[in-house]
Amino acid sequence: MKRFLPLIILALLAILPLIGLSTYMMHIVILVIMWSVIGMAWNLLGGYCGQVSFGHAAYFGAGAYTAGILYFKLGLSPWWGLPLTIIVVTVVSLFIGFLCLRLRGPFFALATLAMGEVFRVTSENLVDFTGGDLGILIQERTWVEKIWYYYIILFIAAGTFFLIKKVIESKLGYYFVAIREDQDAAESLGINTTLYKTIALCLSGILTGFAGAFYTNYMGYIDPKVVFALHDISIVTIMVVMVGGVATYWGPVIGAIIMVFLAEIIRSIPWLGVAHHTFFGILLIVIIIFLSNGIAGDFPKIKRLFRIRGTS
Amino acid sequence: MSVQIEVFLQTLIAGLLLGGLYALIGLGMTIIMGVMKIINLAHGELMMVAMYIAYWVFVLFHIDPYLSVFISMPLLFFLGVGLQKFLINPVLKVESILPENQVILTVGIGMVLSNLATIFFTSDYRSTPVDYATKAWYLTDYWKAAPFELSLSFSWTVSFIIAVIITILLWFFLAKTDMGKSIRATAQDLDAALLMGVNVKKMRVITFGIGASLVGAAGSLFIPIYYLYPSLGGQFTLIAFVITILGGLGSTVGAIIGGLILGVFESMTATYLGMGWAPVGRFLIFVAALIFLPGGVASLLRRKRFGK
Repeated sequence: MKRFLPLIILALLAILPLIGLSTYMMHIVILVIMWSVIGMAWNLLGGYCGQVSFGHAAYFGAGAYTAGILYFKLGLSPWWGLPLTIIVVTVVSLFIGFLCLRLRGPFFALATLAMGEVFRVTSENLVDFTGGDLGILIQERTWVEKIWYYYIILFIAAGTFFLIKKVIESKLGYYFVAIREDQDAAESLGINTTLYKTIALCLSGILTGFAGAFYTNYMGYIDPKVVFALHDISIVTIMVVMVGGVATYWGPVIGAIIMVFLAEIIRSIPWLGVAHHTFFGILLIVIIIFLSNGIAGDFPKIKRLFRIRGTS
Repeated sequence: MSVQIEVFLQTLIAGLLLGGLYALIGLGMTIIMGVMKIINLAHGELMMVAMYIAYWVFVLFHIDPYLSVFISMPLLFFLGVGLQKFLINPVLKVESILPENQVILTVGIGMVLSNLATIFFTSDYRSTPVDYATKAWYLTDYWKAAPFELSLSFSWTVSFIIAVIITILLWFFLAKTDMGKSIRATAQDLDAALLMGVNVKKMRVITFGIGASLVGAAGSLFIPIYYLYPSLGGQFTLIAFVITILGGLGSTVGAIIGGLILGVFESMTATYLGMGWAPVGRFLIFVAALIFLPGGVASLLRRKRFGK
């Protein structure tokens, strides 16, 4: 049963649009799936390999701008951005990895945060190439219906899920966990830590880049402040994983559901809308203090808590 | 030719004055990092809080921003103590997969602070209209035959001087008083300090308070020369972080030198490449420091000392 759970959920998701959800609900579901892709990608690097990145907006934005610039400069369909993003984001990841992977722990985290900001400022200033603050508008949309976007992002998400599962269950995954637990010990056992950290970074970056390229196609408009945003992309990515569960398969998915719905609920209440960062921040603080491994990671703890409440 | 020298010298002066204030911001972060080995990502937001304190004290009670240093420093001290005691200390005890939890926690604190500021004070840009804002000293007023013209802004200079005084007082505190010595002992070796009877827990709380009050002072000094808006924190957190990397992690002298270097470099990029590129210049120097000088300025100083 447990082995087929991903397939069952995938099948259920595949028939989900048939029950006739409203356009708004489809939009929410698409966002949830997109955020799970980003969360799963972050989880590969942060959860399994132990390299906490605060700059995933760099890969997201790189993917989004790959698709955007293809359209803006070359007049090609932005869907070509999806395959091309592999090359672009690999280059970006190697560059960031070369600079930041020499640092450890919190310093890596801050260096990646700085790199994310570098990308934002650079894309704001390279007006001829990226359109600067005006952003890029995709004038002709491929489909009006959301259902095709839904299946595309579902395909990406399913691919991401099974790829990460395969990687984590292979030798590579054990290397990643060894690096997370103790980098020096891993190195002394003959693991080339720099190589494997770079592999994790590239994989994670490419998957995030896919989500970025999809975002350009789906939303039809990007600008540096949106796709390279520190709080709304990089930090929310971390929150998706922290809330859902670090180093678990389903954690990012649970986190994405909670975060997207929370954001939508808060934004829909007029006088609470401005305060959504406060709620995110308080949620983050509460989760870290009480459920440091997230909902999926600390699930036994939650179950125990409720059982004690129930019996006494 | 003399025009180019003039622009260069003027940029240099502006950079040094800015660097003095940056050093104060960097010092707070370095001290927290040295003692607790965590990075306070809410550092810039704490400065934003201090700037709002200085702003409201000025608007409501007409107290000069420079005098508000005496108000914002103690207030920020207590804010820092509270954050450390009630939020960060509980997390230090929790076992989890990722050790970076404390860093992420400070991100959460920063988000809450800057968003609350947006709610209460709106995201308008504010500044304190002090009457000495445009006052400046000119070189030609004192030396008639000067080959070029240089000016020294009054408010920048006063801010710089107060920053230097606070830095000297901090050095005095760390080097000469018992508590300062305990803090330094905790930073060097936590277990040894514990064995020597230092109350490590108390030192941690006080250190966070001092770090916060230093950045609070910086906030009060920045408000006469800068403008204020709720999301300005993130930018200054990054500046503080770049300074700590540049200066060498946990080194106070390094942080001062790092702050000056960053200030000069930033005003140079702003003058010669354009204002928009100043943040990129900031990160260029950061990346260069990571590649060529991973130990920061502190490692250079150490090498020199041991070389002799």
